[in-house]
Amino acid sequence: MFYREAGDFKTSYAEDAQTFPIKFDRYRYYFVMAVGLAILPFAVNDYWANAVFVPFLIWSIAAIGLNILVGYCGQVSLGTGGFMAVGAYAAYKLMTSFPDLNIVFVVILAGFVTAAVGVLFGLPSLRIKGFYLAVATLAAQFFLVWLFNRVPWFYNYSASGQISAPERTVFGFPVTGAATAPWAQYAICLGFVVVLAWVARNLTRGTLGRTWMAIRDMDIAAEIIGVNPLKAKLSAFAVSSFFIGVAGALFFAVYLGAVEVGEAFGIQKSFLALFMIIIGGLGSIFGAFAGAAFMVLFPVLLKNVLVGGLGWPTDLAAHLELMIVGGLIIFVLIAEPHGIAALWRTIKEKLRLWPFPH
Amino acid sequence: MPEQLIFATEVALNGLMTGVLYSLVALGFVLIFKASGIFNYSQGVLALFAALTLVGFQDGQVPFSHLINATFGTEIHGFGFELPAIIAIVLTLGVMVLLAILIEKLVLKHLVNQEPIILFMATIGLAYFLEGLGDIMWGSDIKNLDVGLPQGISPVIDTVTYEWFGYGFFIDKLDIVATVIAAILVISLTLFSQYSKQGRALRAVADDHQAALSVGVSLRFIWVLVWSIAGLVALVAGIMWGTKSGVQFSLSLIALKALPVLMLGGFTSIPGAIVGGLIIGVGEKLFEFTVGPMVGGATENWFAYVLALVFLVFRPQGLFGEKIIERV
Repeated sequence: MFYREAGDFKTSYAEDAQTFPIKFDRYRYYFVMAVGLAILPFAVNDYWANAVFVPFLIWSIAAIGLNILVGYCGQVSLGTGGFMAVGAYAAYKLMTSFPDLNIVFVVILAGFVTAAVGVLFGLPSLRIKGFYLAVATLAAQFFLVWLFNRVPWFYNYSASGQISAPERTVFGFPVTGAATAPWAQYAICLGFVVVLAWVARNLTRGTLGRTWMAIRDMDIAAEIIGVNPLKAKLSAFAVSSFFIGVAGALFFAVYLGAVEVGEAFGIQKSFLALFMIIIGGLGSIFGAFAGAAFMVLFPVLLKNVLVGGLGWPTDLAAHLELMIVGGLIIFVLIAEPHGIAALWRTIKEKLRLWPFPH
Repeated sequence: MPEQLIFATEVALNGLMTGVLYSLVALGFVLIFKASGIFNYSQGVLALFAALTLVGFQDGQVPFSHLINATFGTEIHGFGFELPAIIAIVLTLGVMVLLAILIEKLVLKHLVNQEPIILFMATIGLAYFLEGLGDIMWGSDIKNLDVGLPQGISPVIDTVTYEWFGYGFFIDKLDIVATVIAAILVISLTLFSQYSKQGRALRAVADDHQAALSVGVSLRFIWVLVWSIAGLVALVAGIMWGTKSGVQFSLSLIALKALPVLMLGGFTSIPGAIVGGLIIGVGEKLFEFTVGPMVGGATENWFAYVLALVFLVFRPQGLFGEKIIERV
């Protein structure tokens, strides 16, 4: 009815290749963007920004990054937490060494630093595959966290071993430090998400994305048809780490403000990111968003219901939350192993044919 | 012998003992991986869960008492009696078998033929679930586990080494017991898989699922069996680690330590798990002893992974793993 390709005539190649070929999807996308850009910055309060929107946006970036590596290039990584820590510490060192540098450039530079580290730890992927690689990336996770914990240069010899973000402004508005308004936190994260999601979408449907997918599907076959595995794998590691580094920098500078590395970027964070893309859907940008939304929103919701609604003690609620999250992961994997993105595709297929079943 | 070397020997011996415990956990991984191709992340949490249940039975705790108290406002804590260790162990074993059956029925059965990464994620989900369940059932405070295993410095080794080197080695009796038990466990598992009917079926499944099915091996029974054995291994590992450092959440993290052990030894090899565990146990202790002080200590956190990583670059299938043959 309203969800049809019919009647929506494409007259140029660019129109034909657009991300949302169906008119309804396009308008939905404009609507979401309008709400996100024009309404929410004026509507968010401290609670919503800190509990929901900012973590959701930051984790979306991390999930997109990990999805590029795992979902598009097929290299399973458990080092997300470590790479986020690289982004955070790079941002910290840049902020304190160059106080005049704009925070936006700091975050982007932190992303490039992380990309370099990611390429370094991606090198073994040329020899090691599958689970062996997943465990090998744990080396990155544990080594990096240890490094930032033990080498005082990284935290500027501060007594507590923590790093905390000094105040930096964009267009005169503080976005890091204690004086930051919730809307400013939200706005800068949203800006990065929009740009990076656009970059990711266009990278993954271009030449680079196709070489990644060729490597994912069968690396030997890809090599035979002329894909250079060295270039493809390392570029995937670089791009993925760039995204994760940006997410780490934002997580530290904008969201938390002060960070203790073992706590903020531990192995749990690596698993969390992996959950996001598995539940959201491997190899899908939308999936990364859906997974991030699910994993960020669900615990908040559960906590509100159990502690706020039923009046349970917090520790009991936390244990039950673990059980429910674990159970839900299993349930989602059984019901739809390809994640929310696959569910969404099915719904769209059905909508297209509606009201007919076939 | 120079003094440094004597210290290093003591450190290496202690590392060997730790390595045995790593091997124990790794063994559970290998068993499940061989029989079902599942990379079972929840092995460490299984050990935690087993240890928690054992303590709970021993102390006569009422399961879910915390939850019941919070919901109904009652004040139940214990049944008021304590079970002897041996009965508690048998009961816990029963719980682990029940758990194996439930896991097969509720999780694995529905995930047959999925990609390995999906199965891996499912076991992470399982790990979360079991962790929450264990805490809700038995409470999350640190508990002491004592099933009557000997503990403390071994006087025999102390005196013997004192006579030899003029310096008594500190070796915990518990570590010696752990080594002996691990050896018994490995030998009996090897005998079981080589000579019993079920063991043969287990190896058949490990070799080829479909071929095993076609000659009448029940895949589902084998899976329950294998998860029960993994539960047993988890229980033994849980008892050892729990006696050593108390039953607490960090127990489940030994699973992460077992991963580099597996990589080193190869995912599919039982001897590999043992040798890998020993190499990593000794290696990380010696590295911490020699290099640790220079770089700020706590190198045990990452040494095992980096060692495994470097090793894999040269031998991607691990020490004893089957050679990886890839075809287009």
